[in-house]
Parts: sequence; structure tokens; C-alpha cells
Amino acid sequence: MAPHTEQLTRPAVSLRGLTRSFDGRTVLDGIDLEIPAGQFTALLGHSGSGKSTLLRAVAGLDHEVTGSGELVAPERVSVVFQDSRLLPWRRVLDNVLLGTDGKEAAAKGREALAEVGLAGRERSWPGELSGGEAQRAALARSLVREPELLLADEPFGALDALTRIRMHGLLRELWERHRPSVLLVTHDVNEAIVLADRVLVLEGGRIGLDLTIDRPHPRSYSDPLLGEYRERLLAALGVTEDHQ
Amino acid sequence: MTTTTTTAATAPVLAPVTAPAARRRRRSLAPGRRLPASRLVGPALLLAVWAAASAAGRLDPGAVPAPWTVLRTGVHLWTDGTLTTDILTSLQRAGAGFAIGLTAGVVLALVSGLSRVGEALIDGSVQLNRAIPTLGLIPLFILWLGIGETFKIAIIAIVVYIPIYLNTHAALSGIDHRFVELAEVQGLSRLAFVRQIVIPGALPGFFVGLRLGVTGSWLGLVVLEQINATSGLGYLMFQAQNYGQSDVILVGLLVYGVFGLVSDSAVRIVERRVLSWRRTLSN
Ligand SMILES: Nc1ncnc2c1ncn2[C@@H]1O[C@H](COP(=O)(O)OP(=O)(O)OP(=O)(O)O)[C@@H](O)[C@H]1O
Ligand SMILES: [Mg+2]
Repeated sequence: MAPHTEQLTRPAVSLRGLTRSFDGRTVLDGIDLEIPAGQFTALLGHSGSGKSTLLRAVAGLDHEVTGSGELVAPERVSVVFQDSRLLPWRRVLDNVLLGTDGKEAAAKGREALAEVGLAGRERSWPGELSGGEAQRAALARSLVREPELLLADEPFGALDALTRIRMHGLLRELWERHRPSVLLVTHDVNEAIVLADRVLVLEGGRIGLDLTIDRPHPRSYSDPLLGEYRERLLAALGVTEDHQ
Repeated sequence: MTTTTTTAATAPVLAPVTAPAARRRRRSLAPGRRLPASRLVGPALLLAVWAAASAAGRLDPGAVPAPWTVLRTGVHLWTDGTLTTDILTSLQRAGAGFAIGLTAGVVLALVSGLSRVGEALIDGSVQLNRAIPTLGLIPLFILWLGIGETFKIAIIAIVVYIPIYLNTHAALSGIDHRFVELAEVQGLSRLAFVRQIVIPGALPGFFVGLRLGVTGSWLGLVVLEQINATSGLGYLMFQAQNYGQSDVILVGLLVYGVFGLVSDSAVRIVERRVLSWRRTLSN
């Protein structure tokens, strides 16, 4: 996979007055947002605040949702879901290759599997993988397409804490190698702080806080300087320290 | 199921005196390991009782002939060619009806499961057809098609196509919405979506229908041959009834039984092959 050499001048994602509503209830209320090419962005928000709605809009998956606004997104978009969404009747490699064709595809698929540490599992059935392995296979499937934009909706939500930490390292590493723009939806403030260079908080249908996290990687979960960011994010989410 | 081999005998030697007792595996609630050839035990016992009762003269040979009488009759019918002709006639009927029913069931399910227009045209009609007991159509079909082979094949085809259609259609339209989303995200064409996601996903449902269809084809055959017999295995049994030959009737039933068993096993083997990915989930 060739490293991404997109110019930073053109934003990868650009939203102008994006509105989405369900049965007359406005969930996204005129969102303006630009994500520069190659930026790692995390999106936080309460349950039901519209994070998934926003992500699905950017992914072009919201066919039947009423809404308006302008949306510009790249051609090659990959999505990682909370469940690995592997087809149980296809072997792991064939799952990774879903939607690709051509002779080099299989080689690329193997390469992507090796990158996520699943070399040698090409011929396994998805039912034979553990939760973390399945999610890594899903990550490999999203990489094979060499996405300009990687959308992930709580991709680690179903994993145990230990596996989740490993996956953070892996995701960041993959991002550094391929440099897609990333929009990562998460519930987890720490996950956002450790992984992303910019954290957005969705509140009342708008971006309530837009925070740039200017700390070097790899970041430690216990870095005291990250504590400040954590507090600001928790405050924006309406959580005070004694609720913790 | 694994056998329980605890190390209870050796553990106390190595462990200090104060150590807690070696942990026992919990008692398994599953029925346990299967007896070898366990399926054959019951039938073999039944056969033995039958043979013993016949040998002891406790059974009226006119009603229940001895096993060896049935066997001798079977061999006799086979060697003089009657049985082979009848079996072939019956197999042809069931085979032709099954093939037509299978094709119709699959084609209709695909058309109605993959297009809204197809669904509007087909699904309601099939549901209506299903509500009418197919064997109730026999008098009408005899009027339309005569009492020859055509009506028999038509009835068997209808008995077969209905369960295949219903199960395949349900599986096709019940495709997981998450996989539809995945296909969109991965940029699959409509054709690729159908071939790589919809059809493989519907195969388990299709096999449920197929097994019901196979059973149905034999059921249809037996009914048709018993009430409208002019040739075939049912005809043989019908004649035997007139002459009071219960051994011939038993031979006929035996052959029906073998048909059913062999065809069901064949479908199971194919199913296990095609759905080999499923085994990883069930164990
Ligand atoms: N298809 C739908 N039909 C009706 N309402 C919907 C639909 N999808 C989402 N909503 C509503 O829109 C709101 C935002 O939902 P969304 O799934 O975007 O929240 P979220 O921020 O992703 O929440 P979570 O963190 O729990 O995943 C919720 O109130 C939800 O009930
Ligand atoms: Mg969500």
C-alpha cells in the first residue's frame, strides 16, 4: 500500500449546514465541519446525541433519512462497524477481499492481514476468530481499499479492556503508515485522547467543542498533561469529576 | 464430549498435606457419549422380536409374515423383474416431479425474493396455492391431464415446490440488514451483492426447504400410487392387497423406506459440504 500523499490544503471531509431529523425530531442541527486530509479525528457525545447519524451521513448510508446541507467526502471511504461484520460463509481472506477485484487484490489482502497480525489465518472461518481477531480482520478489510477516509463507529466497543488497548496501538500504527483521514466515533474519552489529534464533542445537534490535542505519540494513558484535555472534554459532556 | 480424567490419584502425592482436595470436574449434564451404532440398536431389537415371535408361531402369517418370508418374496420379485420395473417407474415419477418442483421453487423464490415486482406477482399466488392441500387437487388434475403420468408428476412437483419456495424466499428476504450496509460500504454491484451475500446467506433456508421437498416427493408418490395405481410400486402393493399377500406389501414398504432414507442422507451430505462454515458455529 502506497503511503498517502494527499495535499493538506484540500479538506477530506467538508460539511455545511448538515441537518438530519427522524420523524420531525432534529438530531443534527446544521453542522459545519471540515476534516483536513490525513487528520485523525475523534467524535465524542452522549448516547443518542447523533454520532452514528453523522457518521452514516458521511458514509452515504442514510438513504431514507430526511435532511439537508452540503457534504463533500472522498471517493474511497472505508467503514469499520462496532461488530466486525464478517460474512460467516466466506473465509477470512475472502472477507477482506469483499468488493475488490483484480490480480493484485489477493496479495494486498494477505499483506493487510499480516499488518493486523493475522498472517496464517487467511483460510479460517470468521466463526473461528476471537472477538479481537474478527475486529482486526475488519480493519484489514477496510485497509485493502486504501481509503482516503476511514470511518469507524465504536470499533472497539465490544472488546475487553486489554484487547482494546492493543487495538488502539494497532489503529494508530496503521494510520501512521497509510495516513487516511480518520473519523472515529467513541464513547470513551480516554480512547479519544490517546488516539486522536482532534476531538469533537457533539452536543445538541452541533459540534459543542472542537479540541486539538497537541501531544506527541505514542501517548500514555497516564500522561498528566492529557488530564487537562480529559477534564475539558468531560466538562463539555456534562460530567464532573465526582461523577467518575 | 470429553472423558473425565482427573489427576485425583496423583495430586495428593505432590501436594502439601494442607492442600485442598483435588478439584473434581463438574458432573456433566449432557447425555454423554453415544453408544456405537446406537441408531441400529432399536430396529435390530424389533427385528429380533419379530423373528422370534414368527418362529414360535405366535403371529398369524397371513397378517404378519415372518421376516424370512418377506426376504424370500423380495428376492423372488427382484429376480423375476417385477420389482425392478416397478421401482424404476416409481423413481422416474418421483425424480421428474422433484426436479420440476425444485427448479420451480428456486426460480420463483429468486424472482420474488430479489425484485419487488416479482414479489407482488408471485408471493401472494404461492401463499394461496399453499393454502389448498395439494392432494386435494388430484381430481381436478385427473380431469385436466388425464390419469397418465403427467398428472402424477404435476402433483409431486407442486408438493415439492411449495416448501422449497417458502423457505428460500423467507431466507432471501430475511437477509441481515447489516450485511446490506456492508455491501454498500464495500461498493458491491447489485449482481455481486446478490451472488456474494444474498444467495450464500439464503442457502441454509434453501436446504430446510429442500429436505421438506424430498420428504414431500415420497409422500406425494405414495398417495398417488396407492389411490391411482396403474403401475409402479404402489400398484404392486395395491394388487397384493387384493390377493392378501402381506409379504409383498411389506416388501413395498421396505423399498419406500430405503428411498426415503437414502434421499434424506444424500441431502444431508450435500448440505454438510455446502454449509461447512456452519460447523464452526455449532461446536
Ligand atoms: N433509523 C432511525 N429512526 C428513528 N430514529 C433514529 C434512527 N436512527 C437514529 N435515531 C435517533 O437519532 C438519535 C441519534 O441516534 P444515533 O444513533 O446517531 O446516536 P449515537 O450518538 O450514535 O448514540 P450511541 O452512542 O448510543 O450509539 C437517537 O435519539 C435515535 O433514537
Ligand atoms: Mg452510535
